[in-house]
Amino acid sequence: MTSLMSVKLSDLVVKRRGSTILGPIDLELGSEGFTVVLGPNGAGKTTLLKVLHGVERVTRGSVDWSIPAEAAREAQSYVFQNPIMLRRTVAQNLAYPLKVHGVDKATVEILIREWAERIGLADAMDRPAPRLSGGEKQKLALGRALIRKPKVLFLDEPCANLDGRATRDIEDLLLQASKDGTKIIMTTHDLGQCRRLASDVVFLLNGKVHEVGVAESFMASPRTPEARSFLNGDILV
Amino acid sequence: MNEIWAGLRAAFWLIVTFDADLIEISLRSLRVSLTALLIASAIALPFGTWLAIRRFRHRRLAIATLNALMGLPPVVVGLIVYLLLSRSGPFGVFGLLFTPTAMIIAQVIIITPLIASITHQAMRELWAEYHDLLISLNTSRRQRMLTLIWDGRRTLLTASLAGFGRAIGEVGAIMIVGGNIDHATRVLTTAIALETGKGDFALALGLGFVLIALALAVNFTMHALSKTEREGRW
Ligand SMILES: Nc1ncnc2c1ncn2[C@@H]1O[C@H](COP(=O)(O)OP(=O)(O)O)[C@@H](O)[C@H]1O
Ligand SMILES: [Mg+2]
Repeated sequence: MTSLMSVKLSDLVVKRRGSTILGPIDLELGSEGFTVVLGPNGAGKTTLLKVLHGVERVTRGSVDWSIPAEAAREAQSYVFQNPIMLRRTVAQNLAYPLKVHGVDKATVEILIREWAERIGLADAMDRPAPRLSGGEKQKLALGRALIRKPKVLFLDEPCANLDGRATRDIEDLLLQASKDGTKIIMTTHDLGQCRRLASDVVFLLNGKVHEVGVAESFMASPRTPEARSFLNGDILV
Repeated sequence: MNEIWAGLRAAFWLIVTFDADLIEISLRSLRVSLTALLIASAIALPFGTWLAIRRFRHRRLAIATLNALMGLPPVVVGLIVYLLLSRSGPFGVFGLLFTPTAMIIAQVIIITPLIASITHQAMRELWAEYHDLLISLNTSRRQRMLTLIWDGRRTLLTASLAGFGRAIGEVGAIMIVGGNIDHATRVLTTAIALETGKGDFALALGLGFVLIALALAVNFTMHALSKTEREGRW
């Protein structure tokens, strides 16, 4: 993999209070495409995303991005499972990541207008973000994540609790971002969504990578019985 | 009963005629307590915020100490400041005893822990809310503090107002370090104590009304602010 932002996990382990919640994992992800992380509750999906993003303490092993760690983090955005809204207006939320990184005022103005339009909140620029609906919050969180044109975007169940329309809006934005060259790594509970978006799938079970594959073949014919049961909607214990 | 009515009437006249003494004393009270408030806030707001976001070894101890300092009896603070500032004390050379500056110092010591403690509580909540996002965005420590202080500014204002209320109503410490000297260090609370002792209820009541008005103004402001905070208005 010669491209800019691929990542390699080697013998990665995360332990908390003596028990292993993730790993050991050996995994390589390319710098392109739409990776969906699947797995039952507690499988370690959130932990894996945070480890990749570099905000979760690792007990053993390594996470190596193809560029230096500091630069890698700068080129990534993360949308948390419960969108974090700054107690500010929609416009100020969009502007925040830009301001933190010293983008000049004129550019900030242009970008927040462009993105407010894209996420459908152009008429809500001056509304307090914490007062938005769930779907609007999620769209704002996504716009705020994309506004810096990240090379890699992490999303943790971005459409949990959203209705069909909001989900479609989010998916459209994600597909566009993917087309524009952003590598996306996302968790979801929604197998239909995985089918619609994923180019490749990482299936986690009990903190370990159980199966990795091209989305189409994984969804159509998983190799392991556990993945098959999971796709069938069986409860895995 | 008659005495009280007479006192009330006299107080009313002192206020509506802008009695010179009353105004002088009220203004001094405001000046001393507002100055103390500014200094205490400049220390307590960043410190409380820092305490909320920084993890260090003796953090719990620092918080416990802060909460204990909040309960310091003002009279004891007055005594300590008196000893420090008195001619034979370590800061005696500055000649600050029995000046408004001494009163400001005492009030700063009394209200800084209070403001810092309320700040710490509020900022800890906000930090829990913002933590993941600010870490993910690779913000510097300075940016984190500024973001929290800015977004928590209403709560912080409430904390400051609580400190102001405590400062302007305080009598024990400033009586000791200020000396209640006419035209120099006499403020609302010390004047009330003095005039009551002398039996001049008119002036005492007039001063009392002004003090109550100030305290009420502070409380109304706090109430209004916490209401806008709860309703999430900007
Ligand atoms: N800080 C923590 N301390 C202890 N256990 C944790 C911690 N964070 C996560 N876990 C545990 O690790 C497992 C994986 O969590 P998580 O990554 O959130 O799973 P998922 O996102 O797939 O539902 C869960 O069993 C969870 O309870
Ligand atoms: Mg999760």
